Amino acid sequence: MSAASTTPIIERGTATSRIAAIAVAVIIALLAIAPQFLSAGVVDRMTTLFIYVILAAMWNALAGFGGLVSVGQQVFFGLGAYFAIRLADAGLNPFVALFASAIIVGLVSWPLSLVMLRLKNGEFAIGMWVIAALTHLLVNLDRLVQGETGTSLISLNVYDAGTRRVTIYWLALASMTALLAILFGLLRGSTGAAIRAIRDNEDAAASVGVRVTGTKRLLFVLAAFGIGVAGALWLATSITFQPKTYFNVQWTAYMIFMVLVGGIGTFEGAILGAVVFFLIETWFGGTGVWYLVGLGAAAVLFSLFLPRGLWGTIEERFGLRLLPVGYRVRLAEDAADPAGNGVHPEMTTTNRETA
Amino acid sequence: MSNQIIQGVLLGGYYALIACGLSFMFSVMRIINLAHGSLAVLSAYALWWLASRFHIPPFAGLLIVLPLMAAIGWALQRFLLERSARGGALLPILTTFGLAIVIDNMLFEQFGADTRSLAPFIGSLSYDSWEWPGSIYVGKLAVIIFLIAVALLGGLQLFLSRTGLGRAIRATSEDPDTSGLVGVDARRANAVAAAIAMVTVGLAGAFLGMRATFDPYAGAPQLLFAFEAAVIGGAGSLWGTLIGGIVLALAQTLGAQVHPQGFLIGGHAAFLIVLFVRLSMSGFSLRGLLHRPSRSAS
Repeated sequence: MSAASTTPIIERGTATSRIAAIAVAVIIALLAIAPQFLSAGVVDRMTTLFIYVILAAMWNALAGFGGLVSVGQQVFFGLGAYFAIRLADAGLNPFVALFASAIIVGLVSWPLSLVMLRLKNGEFAIGMWVIAALTHLLVNLDRLVQGETGTSLISLNVYDAGTRRVTIYWLALASMTALLAILFGLLRGSTGAAIRAIRDNEDAAASVGVRVTGTKRLLFVLAAFGIGVAGALWLATSITFQPKTYFNVQWTAYMIFMVLVGGIGTFEGAILGAVVFFLIETWFGGTGVWYLVGLGAAAVLFSLFLPRGLWGTIEERFGLRLLPVGYRVRLAEDAADPAGNGVHPEMTTTNRETA
Repeated sequence: MSNQIIQGVLLGGYYALIACGLSFMFSVMRIINLAHGSLAVLSAYALWWLASRFHIPPFAGLLIVLPLMAAIGWALQRFLLERSARGGALLPILTTFGLAIVIDNMLFEQFGADTRSLAPFIGSLSYDSWEWPGSIYVGKLAVIIFLIAVALLGGLQLFLSRTGLGRAIRATSEDPDTSGLVGVDARRANAVAAAIAMVTVGLAGAFLGMRATFDPYAGAPQLLFAFEAAVIGGAGSLWGTLIGGIVLALAQTLGAQVHPQGFLIGGHAAFLIVLFVRLSMSGFSLRGLLHRPSRSAS
């Protein structure tokens, strides 16, 4: 036992994180039965929140973990909606079409990644924007879409409004939970170690045998698929499809805001950011332009003064881990202190480099 | 057909003008400024405001706006880019993107959604043309823009190769630490480079306003044009940017011939084709605008 006092203990979770895991399960269960008690308007807003969480988590997966900042992610949002329109027009059940569409988006993103992932940093960011602009123009050429006039997911109208609302709510909740679970599983597994190694230092990761490009491609396709789901769900909630709305760079602006404010590169941060954004939108969305100015200014200020975001800062300050995806190293002396006061956050692998 | 080619080449001059600031900043500071297009539109609005409110013709207005743009560039580098660049290569993308959103929406707040143009304030220049042999009419304004683009690129090239400040900027872009050792003030060199880049952006914004219309959200397409022209032109020299701009404009002209909505599609497609070819041939980077790629340390 004396040897143990000098050997650091490596652990995955903390008491807090085990409580958090139970809390997450309870929250999801409560959300699942919530439509019974909530008004129609609140159900719609909650659906919107779930879509925001998906968008934030997916953009964070790409930028925070893969080191790939894209300002063209609206391309997958728009395509998710567009393919759903196309598939529903071909006679597929509209609800099935939503997910079939996202799978097609994922498939399309694969060949795209072969070219785009060879671009670096800013080139990748704006290259994706060009892809989004071009895709928008091409979708406009489709006669079914009628240019900027747009079209609707008419086949959804066979369901009455109540059924439709609750079904979309559940689909959004299930999609959000599933996508977060996939991301969480990915980050905790061996791929997660590779992802963090790339995030911290790409060249060093490659030198110790991490498959840099393959790992980035996985994140790129996952993000495309997830954002495709979000776009299809957005179509289901709003019914109408106008290319200008869906291929708008504003979607990426929202994603960037959510992730920057929440905490880039932290799993919980993206979720927190989505909730913050949702609340700001609920309270200030009516102020129009000033609201958008505020979002942009907040993105600038956070990137300059609080680049780790709210959650990153909380994590650093208090050593709090609710949903740990990394490992933490703790000196064994602390093991004799079951009160749990001796938490040393500085040794955990989830810490970001500051350079 | 030759008429369209000439118009395309002249339009390429405008693209070179808006692209040169973007690639200049990128090659010196390794930052792609996503607010580039929005700043050009800001300059156009400033000139429009001076012209409509104080009856200052746009060409005279440039005497006020260009120094302001230089000051904006200097401040941008000192207060935003310098700080965010310390946080890694990704943060400046986010910072400048946030800045673009702020500028776009402030312009919307101030000037509304109406499209504006500087054409009414430059008299007959906006529609005057010369007749060239073969009954080809070329707009005087288009020729002036092209000539100014060429002069600007040449001037920039001379400045970088012949002046002490230009050499300091080139040294900083090559290796900021080593150039610091031999007495180059990297912070000053970067701030001066940003100021110069913003002057070119201001000029590009002025011509955007004279040759076409603009609205508060016109910055994004201008950014994409600038980026595409810079990438098509590729590494090498500032003259590559001119070639990139001309190729982009010709592809757009060709696209418009094929399909009524093909103007933008043609440009984007040309960009992707060039990108794809360049990537499959080997390593690609915007780097090396100021010096030969073989000498760049990477």
